[in-house]
Amino acid sequence: MSTPFYVSPEQLMKDRAEFARKGIARGRSVLVLRYQDGIILLAENPSSTLHKIAEIYDRIGFAAVGKYNEFETLRQAGVRYADLRGYSYDRADVTARGLTNAYAQTLAAVFTTESKPFEVEIVVAELGRVAADDRLYRLSYDGSVADENDHVAIGGQAEAISQQLAAVSTADKPLAEAFAIGVRALSPTGGPLLPVANLEAAALDRTTGSHRTFRRLSDPAMAELLTTAQPGDGDRQQPAEGGGQPGGPVEQPGKPGKPGPADGRADSAGADS
Amino acid sequence: MTAGFDSHYLSSTTNSFLTFAQQAAPEVLPRPTAGIAQVPQAPEGTTIVSFKTGHGVLMAGDRRATMGNVIASHTIEKVHAADSRSVIGIAGAAGLALELIRLFQLELEHYEKIEGTPLSLDGKANRLAAMLRANLGLAMQGLAVVPLFAGVEPGSEAGRLFSFDVTGGKYEEVNFHSIGSGSGFARGSLKKLWHPQLEDGAAVRVAIEALIDAADDDSATGGPDFMRSIAPVVHLADASGVRRVPESEVLDIASAVVAARAEGDRS
Repeated sequence: MSTPFYVSPEQLMKDRAEFARKGIARGRSVLVLRYQDGIILLAENPSSTLHKIAEIYDRIGFAAVGKYNEFETLRQAGVRYADLRGYSYDRADVTARGLTNAYAQTLAAVFTTESKPFEVEIVVAELGRVAADDRLYRLSYDGSVADENDHVAIGGQAEAISQQLAAVSTADKPLAEAFAIGVRALSPTGGPLLPVANLEAAALDRTTGSHRTFRRLSDPAMAELLTTAQPGDGDRQQPAEGGGQPGGPVEQPGKPGKPGPADGRADSAGADS
Repeated sequence: MTAGFDSHYLSSTTNSFLTFAQQAAPEVLPRPTAGIAQVPQAPEGTTIVSFKTGHGVLMAGDRRATMGNVIASHTIEKVHAADSRSVIGIAGAAGLALELIRLFQLELEHYEKIEGTPLSLDGKANRLAAMLRANLGLAMQGLAVVPLFAGVEPGSEAGRLFSFDVTGGKYEEVNFHSIGSGSGFARGSLKKLWHPQLEDGAAVRVAIEALIDAADDDSATGGPDFMRSIAPVVHLADASGVRRVPESEVLDIASAVVAARAEGDRS
């Protein structure tokens, strides 16, 4: 007969947190940053169909890293929450704060009561009517929430990226410039820029006439943005040469055609630790 | 789990908003109330016309809703963009019709967000037919709604249009169609004026002519109202998306039509 071991609550939480953190650190990073007319969501993602960035509602975007099936469940729950709320009341009554609360409660409940925590980190971005009302919420695996100001990075290299961007403010820059800064920060330090084929990007754009402000940026559109931004890119440590070519260099291991998970966890090349 | 998303949100596998809402919050949906002896009188919307143009489809509707012999609204809008590639117009009980449009728009958007890709045009039309079938209970009580649906398939130049009946029957129309109380007159007009290669401006004019003919002979259909500057709603859908023709532009064309008829003594 086996005797159950006593595990202190501190130890239990620590173990769970460590488990979740390890899972997240294996994934490639996602960066969300503001620009003058909206918010850019940017991810390193070789798959063009398994998204890490998505539309939740008219002015709310979603970005996630970690285990695909887990954040996909949360994304769909968010879409359902937003659509049901917008239908029951009005489109204007769907707010990122309400959605973030629901996510936080769910993540916290899973973290403490389920046998295994969600290995995900999430950003909920809300586009305000004016720039001052833009909101970026970062949610962790344990349900803790942070309200970020200018930019927020999640995933394996989140800290490195945040450090790189610490002195930079993109909130008053045009789209192309902010996008180039984002791609630079997401690319390996001192190395070449990530080719656009390995990037997934979308923008919440205040200037669109439609009520839905979320639009995905295609590979050619991203290449064009990088080309536009090139003159102003000199302040970064590495000029963006070669980054503007859409067909780009092909030294990346996980090119399209590889049906691996979207978060790139199959290969740990991008891992921080 | 007491806080956060309840289990419906996390475990649902449907990509339909309607199905999800039926599971999670059935009270927000319109539903038939059993055993109403007499249906209360409610506003009804009237004439909608739609036809293929040179590179897409057009749909237009008058602005009147009637309740018996009373005009319930001069400004109701019965034609709406369903999504960025298709339009929907509805005749019948106005309250239910507008709700059905709202639900259908959300259904398409919800599918697109959950699946990451929009429905095909046939898929949208079938979905609409299924939603009508679900409304059959109300239709049997006299609150029938009949939509007209048109759009372009992504990547295609040709428009397509579908008509429906209250039981959820779906019929693809070849060139043009009209629904509502003034539809007979409007269709007669379209038979003479429509041709396959109409450009946008000419197409709007044909639609206005048809609606003026319907308003002329059907008391429940309203013509362009120059006194209040109320013009029919006209939507064009083509490969570049759906756009509503500005009201001022429609009014200009309508005055040209009226002037031409006065001159030719065709009134």
